[in-house]
Amino acid sequence: MGINFKDAAGVHADALALRAERTRILAANIANENTPGFQAQDMDFSATLANVQAVGNGDLGDGGDSALMYRVPYHPTRDGNTVEIGVEQAAFSQNATDFATSLTFVNMRLKGLAKAINGQ
Amino acid sequence: MSFKNISEIAGSAMAAQSVRLNTIASNLANADSVAGTEAETYRARKPVFAAVMNDGPDGMNSAGGKVQVLDVVQSDEPLRQVYEPGNPMANAEGMVFYPNVNQVAEMTDMMSASRAFETNVEVLGRIRTMQQSLLKLGEG
Repeated sequence: MGINFKDAAGVHADALALRAERTRILAANIANENTPGFQAQDMDFSATLANVQAVGNGDLGDGGDSALMYRVPYHPTRDGNTVEIGVEQAAFSQNATDFATSLTFVNMRLKGLAKAINGQ
Repeated sequence: MSFKNISEIAGSAMAAQSVRLNTIASNLANADSVAGTEAETYRARKPVFAAVMNDGPDGMNSAGGKVQVLDVVQSDEPLRQVYEPGNPMANAEGMVFYPNVNQVAEMTDMMSASRAFETNVEVLGRIRTMQQSLLKLGEG
């Protein structure tokens, strides 16, 4: 009876990698807040995570790139920039919290495995 | 899970906002620098931002990762002419040219630039926290 580490970590290992990728996209949005003509992007997290799990070999593949969608702004702007800093800040903050949540779950699983290995 | 890219993005944004603050400071400092001819008078300067087209090694053609300052352009707004015959810089008709710096607009721009800079510093701080917590995985 071997321990399958990948199954043991569950969905949260993939979620962790995907959260990091989404952090990159949101950081790019925030960085380009003043760039004329820039279109804010984001990914549909649950759909992309389902795709990655369906592929199932732990590889992010194109890292959710094909699932990149454009954000619809609340207000039009004169220079064509669709980044609304409040929206992006909220999304970034929530994403960072979700990253910490996934990290905690992975950590708990690893500690549980360590206890099982030590025979406690 | 590459955090190096994200740090570079935030870093580029901080650099771009610094250039923007630089031009604002220059404009405010030279708001009253008169000259006798239009060609010699200081004109307000503004940076032009653009997203860096990213052709990553893994074929990622994502536009808009980092931001760069393409150029610093001078404003085309008309200069202000004032009749000051006593001014040593005045031309033959006694007119001097004042720069086309709108000080209220520059102050608003400065507030926007510093807020954008602080937002990107916050992004950098968050990424650092995320990386540090990753390193603590599995620890007691």
